[in-house]
Amino acid sequence: MEKATFRIWRGDANEAQYVDYETEVSEGMVVLDAVHRIQAEQANDLAVRWNCKAGKCGSCSAEVNGNPKLLCMTRLNDLPLDQPVTVEPMRAFPIIKDLVTDVSWNFKVKEKMKPFTPRPPDEEDGTWRMEQEDIDHIQEFRKCIECFLCQDVCHVLREHDLHDEFIGPRFFVYAASLEMHPIDTENRLEELKNQDGIGYCNITKCCTKVCPEHITITDNAIIPLKERVVDQFYDPIKRLFRVFSS
Amino acid sequence: MTSYETFEHDVLIIGAGGAGLRAAIEAAAGGLKVGLVCKSLLGKAHTVMAEGGVAAALANVDERDSWRVHFADTMRGGQYLSNARMAELHAKESPDRVRELEAWGALFDRTKEGSILQRNFGGHQYPRLAHVGDRTGLEMIRALQDHGIHQGIDVHMENTVVSLLKTGDRVSGAFGYEREKGRFKIFSAKAVVLATGGVGKAYKITSNSWEYTGDGHSLAYHAGAELIDMEFVQFHPTGMVWPPSVRGILVTEGVRGEGGILTNSEGNRFMFDDIPELYVNQTADSPEEGWNYTQGDREARRPPELLTRDHVARCIVREVHEGRGSPHGGVFLDIAWIKEKIPNAPEHIRRKLPSMYHQFKELADIDITQEPMEVGPTTHYIMGGIRVDADTQMTCVPGLFAAGECAAGLHGANRLGGNSLSDLLVFGKRAGEYAAQFAADNGEVALDDSAIEEIAQQVLKPFDNPEDGDNPYEIQAQLQDKMQELVGIARSQESLTQALGEIQALREKANQVHTIGNREYNSGWHTALDLDCLLTVSESIALAALERKASIGAHSRDDFPEKEEQGTEKYNTIVQKTQDSTMAIRREPIPELTEEYQEIIDEMG
Repeated sequence: MEKATFRIWRGDANEAQYVDYETEVSEGMVVLDAVHRIQAEQANDLAVRWNCKAGKCGSCSAEVNGNPKLLCMTRLNDLPLDQPVTVEPMRAFPIIKDLVTDVSWNFKVKEKMKPFTPRPPDEEDGTWRMEQEDIDHIQEFRKCIECFLCQDVCHVLREHDLHDEFIGPRFFVYAASLEMHPIDTENRLEELKNQDGIGYCNITKCCTKVCPEHITITDNAIIPLKERVVDQFYDPIKRLFRVFSS
Repeated sequence: MTSYETFEHDVLIIGAGGAGLRAAIEAAAGGLKVGLVCKSLLGKAHTVMAEGGVAAALANVDERDSWRVHFADTMRGGQYLSNARMAELHAKESPDRVRELEAWGALFDRTKEGSILQRNFGGHQYPRLAHVGDRTGLEMIRALQDHGIHQGIDVHMENTVVSLLKTGDRVSGAFGYEREKGRFKIFSAKAVVLATGGVGKAYKITSNSWEYTGDGHSLAYHAGAELIDMEFVQFHPTGMVWPPSVRGILVTEGVRGEGGILTNSEGNRFMFDDIPELYVNQTADSPEEGWNYTQGDREARRPPELLTRDHVARCIVREVHEGRGSPHGGVFLDIAWIKEKIPNAPEHIRRKLPSMYHQFKELADIDITQEPMEVGPTTHYIMGGIRVDADTQMTCVPGLFAAGECAAGLHGANRLGGNSLSDLLVFGKRAGEYAAQFAADNGEVALDDSAIEEIAQQVLKPFDNPEDGDNPYEIQAQLQDKMQELVGIARSQESLTQALGEIQALREKANQVHTIGNREYNSGWHTALDLDCLLTVSESIALAALERKASIGAHSRDDFPEKEEQGTEKYNTIVQKTQDSTMAIRREPIPELTEEYQEIIDEMG
């Protein structure tokens, strides 16, 4: 059977190094399979997060040859196996151990955002009427599996470390799914502008490129939100209107 | 007082999939202090994998549907071994539970009138499954999660419970460890809800992830609760079979609901060859009628591909055994053929089954809009589990509740697709509600420090075992091989007796497994600790399978092909831990259906 070498980042916040592991590879294998084989046969204590192994839960996010990827959806036959395959943790979050990072910041960000707030039901039985075409475009946002690869690749978080001032692409997608929800009544534009740092995004679209769910994050979520912010806070006519009405 | 970090809750929920989240939301609604323990990160539990939909008799698509039809369908699907009261509550309450999700932000696909769209699924007489393409589970868990995080629930992510704590007869909390540093955590609670999901990791070919090691089943068993009908393990008929690394990953029944057909290597649509008597009247007698059914023709009957999962899985195994399988040991599932029937078929398929399209394209290089998939059975779900009271979900251990897959009763010998998402909503809510009530009615109980110390020593044992002890992954793999081979779709006295011997031998080895490294995020250690749960559920499955000398629903005995044993009434198998810590099995007759229930069943044909 063919063999390949995996150069895996091992260690914790204090001390770490790349360790090479050679293991057997076979048809159809993904990087997570190789990591599992190494874990079972050579390094029982190797830390890696995973769950569904089908690209649906977003647990096994890491960087393969420097690219943010789901380990379970990265096939070995798409990688050059004549050289070591580098596997390392996401770099925008604090390291816990080996391939596992502390992503708890993301969960805290979401908790602080204004929750879904529906209008009163349309019908007496407590239900709402919605057109399929009105929900089609936000169903795209709801495909998000919270793998946080978009957060990992975003330079505002990764290089500038602005976690306190910027919520990152994942949560702009979340904000968009709420703001564009046909029955939501809340307004989140003030927070998006002042606390969530939407202005920091300079639409380089790195997030869109790495999204395993192919959500058009920048074009469909971030830019429309930026436009709404501009409309509400910078539109001269609306500003004038506010001056007179206040 | 114990020296370990201790968390005090009124209600502790163990497991944060759909059932656990729904229970937590309900328990927190009364202002109680609720803790939610998640084995993984929040929102990653297996509910996320559910594809097809959630069954609820909303009657949005076909007004003939009602709770009575759903009740009758569930009972028939379960071969009349289900708990009728649970089937009633489930059918009656599921529509409200689904509507409630919309109030929490979920967005289901719509009908032309703008209400929730419903699709056909195996064993359901009318289009009944509310859905979002083929990612319904993600929509549901996200709606529950995003609502749940604003309800004041304390979420303990990446924590595993290894033992329940009891004080006298009552449950008083749980002992766990947090993954990051490997530190122990003690949870004290007035009531505990188990919502840990399934046992798929006991088998080699499974749609389940590493988490599904039967933790809740095992915790409950060791705490003195009863496990019922553990022999009923659902092998979902359509898992991926190729390439090897994805073997077992689920292919939604929704493919068949949208018109997908099963064929063998001779191109024959073999599901027409064997239609069970219980379903003859409800099944199409021509491919044309079957197609019309999937396209919403109300006069048409369903195609045989949409018969119950146990039956479809057995037919696939038969085709493969008799040499008519696909190249990699499965059969063909073809949705591409619908291009003969509708214009723009590829686009239609991508819209209706986006994640299936994605999954095959990226993992198998197959374009399902152009060519058939290869599929075969995969271990998917366990109908058996912790015995609970139908109304309250409490076990026989005071203060201990269970809901979702780890609880049992609703599905009998076979679960209908779509009935698990509704199960976890209906009974998750009930468990949360009654656990909260129990906590309010009963005071706190002191924890037993000596018991805690004993557990702590046991949990650290893999580090102290001699270095020549086995590798925990190796023992897990051996167990999975044996369960697959001996306690799979086809079972016999011989295979099951052998399995029990193998499990015993593996248990001895498991006691000696050695773990390397330290306590921080150490997967080897975690795997070693999961082994006890896996061995406990494996033993209970094999023991119950040996007890039931018949082939009914998901349980098939080569040596007892008949559906019923001569001279016996319908019964549940019950597994319980004895005084001397061995596993005992007994039968308990199922009470005869009340007249009211029987009338509904008769009326629905």
